[in-house]
Amino acid sequence: MTQSASPAKEDGGSGPGPGTWKRTAKSGGEGPARTAFFRADVRTLSLIGVLAVLAVIGGVTKPDQFLDTSNLQLILTLASIIGVVTVGMTFVIVGGGIDLSVGAIVALASVWATTVATQEYGFAGILFTSIVVGVACGLVNGVLVAYGKMVAFIATLAMMASARGLALQITGGNTQTVEISSVLDLHARESYVLGIPPLVLIFAAVTVIGWLVLNRTTFGRRTVAIGGNPEAARLAGIDVRRQRLYLYLLSGLCCGIAAFMLIVLSGSGQNTNGNLYELDAIAAAIIGGTLLTGGRGTIVGSVLGVLIFTTISNIFVLNNLETAVQQIAKGAIIVAAVLVQRRTSTE
Amino acid sequence: MPENTSRRGLLFGAAAVSTGAFLTACTSNDPKESSDDDAKDAPVADEKPGKKVTIGFAGPQADHGWLNAINVQARARAKKYKDVTLEITEGSNDTAAQIGQIDTLINKKVDVLVILPADGKAMTQAGLKAMRAGIPVVNLDRIFDNPQAYRCWVGGDNYGMGLNAGHFIGEQLKDKKNAKVVELAGVDNLELTKQRTQGFDAALKNYPNIKKVARQAADFTVESGQSKMSQLLQAQKSFDALWNHDDDQGVGALRAIKQAGRDEFLMVGGAGAKSAMDAIKADNSVLKATVLYPPTMAASAIDLARALGQDKGISGLAEFEIPTSLTLYSAVVTKDNVEEYLPTGFK
Repeated sequence: MTQSASPAKEDGGSGPGPGTWKRTAKSGGEGPARTAFFRADVRTLSLIGVLAVLAVIGGVTKPDQFLDTSNLQLILTLASIIGVVTVGMTFVIVGGGIDLSVGAIVALASVWATTVATQEYGFAGILFTSIVVGVACGLVNGVLVAYGKMVAFIATLAMMASARGLALQITGGNTQTVEISSVLDLHARESYVLGIPPLVLIFAAVTVIGWLVLNRTTFGRRTVAIGGNPEAARLAGIDVRRQRLYLYLLSGLCCGIAAFMLIVLSGSGQNTNGNLYELDAIAAAIIGGTLLTGGRGTIVGSVLGVLIFTTISNIFVLNNLETAVQQIAKGAIIVAAVLVQRRTSTE
Repeated sequence: MPENTSRRGLLFGAAAVSTGAFLTACTSNDPKESSDDDAKDAPVADEKPGKKVTIGFAGPQADHGWLNAINVQARARAKKYKDVTLEITEGSNDTAAQIGQIDTLINKKVDVLVILPADGKAMTQAGLKAMRAGIPVVNLDRIFDNPQAYRCWVGGDNYGMGLNAGHFIGEQLKDKKNAKVVELAGVDNLELTKQRTQGFDAALKNYPNIKKVARQAADFTVESGQSKMSQLLQAQKSFDALWNHDDDQGVGALRAIKQAGRDEFLMVGGAGAKSAMDAIKADNSVLKATVLYPPTMAASAIDLARALGQDKGISGLAEFEIPTSLTLYSAVVTKDNVEEYLPTGFK
């Protein structure tokens, strides 16, 4: 199975095929696996390096405001929601797909979970509805892509449009505020665990579980295999279609969790929620080292990607710089990150 | 084929406009000359049923509270008049789609058109076409590029909104030395955001003791309001007043302020959402006032359209004709006058 899934993404490289695959899957093997570990480490280290540089910039320009526990809590909190979405997105991309509907699913789930009717069921009702709506949307995406043989780009684009539309239909354009104190208090300072906001704990849990699933389970290996070469994966006996369905379900689940977190953070549901999440999540995954063509990617890289973007935006706000400058910087960083990656992967 | 139609339409349109202009000139002058001091220029406020008027209404997609309120106000006002039939189109943010909808309304031969363009400049041609077809256009809020494209413009005053917010804050802080003010703006690439900020800055210039220490742009969503405000609070450890351009994003901003446990400043909102007015009335948060951008302008537009359709003037003015331009006042709603404005607050 491992052998047949070999021709991974590095085109032009004349290196040994199986090695390439093993490197990404981190499955056994002596020589190639060690270089793989080393390479993954280089990539992760370079991302940590970027974060360190950003921390220095922040610390030098605004020492009092940036280097401060409350600011660290703030950055992690703001990263947590898009971070959870990005973990799901990373699975989909590694599996050779794309999910453009994440922002719209977050919007729909957050809106559905904050209607007057749902709020009658309190905390549990809101949590349950967010997650079920997210998973249901993921199910539709998965069925369309895996069994309906639709191109992922198109299927999830359709979901993006209709989920946003449905969200607008439900709210009628109004902002639905949440009045349930158990939900609102989840992000109150009193709920912090050892100084860590609960939202950040959820983010950490999702990250750890995501990392374990991608790196330590058959599910994870299958994901990499169908992303690297679906035909080979099929010949190796993997049910490619079912695996694809699972990946979109997983992304939907992450969106549902993110929607709940957003409700807690903002105390409301609005159909404009999750605006451009799809682009933020894809960008974070890409600069984290996930190949857009599938077959390779790391959860740690994606999470670092999210943290980098959030930290940049934090430094910009603390220094009171304009939105335009911020957007330019974001674009430049994506291009730079992808260029650096190309270098490390072809060398 | 389409070219033929439009050329023909243009010819007919031009003919219709000239005859239309000629006719209106005649009708409106004749009675005036015959009865000088007689206030026979039937006032608009007159609720008695008159000539039947069909009003076509085309607006953008009501994807947030204010735009939703625009539709509600227009519908409610039209219902009030027995002689008015309202042809309302499905809202669209797509310029091409909206042009198509206006074409349809022109073909249906409505008597008057009320247009709130998704994009004023881009929709100018649609306004011109309607005017050429002899249908007077009431341009609501987002102004066309060309004065020939509308008979009457009615809309809010973004500059005035900033001005009034600045003056209100200035008066509150005038006895305070080295007062610091923070601005949470709306979507930065919109003209209206620039105008609001210009007005705000102009007003603050009258108070040399006040300095604007920070300005960040959110994007009118609760989520962005929460995110930007939480970081602004981190950046500014202490300040005296905050102006937030938009009450929708204000829901998120208020949540961030509560989460940070800050209350040393006073906050002024913008637009006039019901949630903001409720908070001002309750007087239990930092929010002490909001500057209106009144959605009642849609009701006024229906009034103007009805008057145009019935060839009537406006009451309380000496003019025989309806003015070509009406800029509405951005009132400051505080605890003292909130009761009066609460019914106009949007969700």
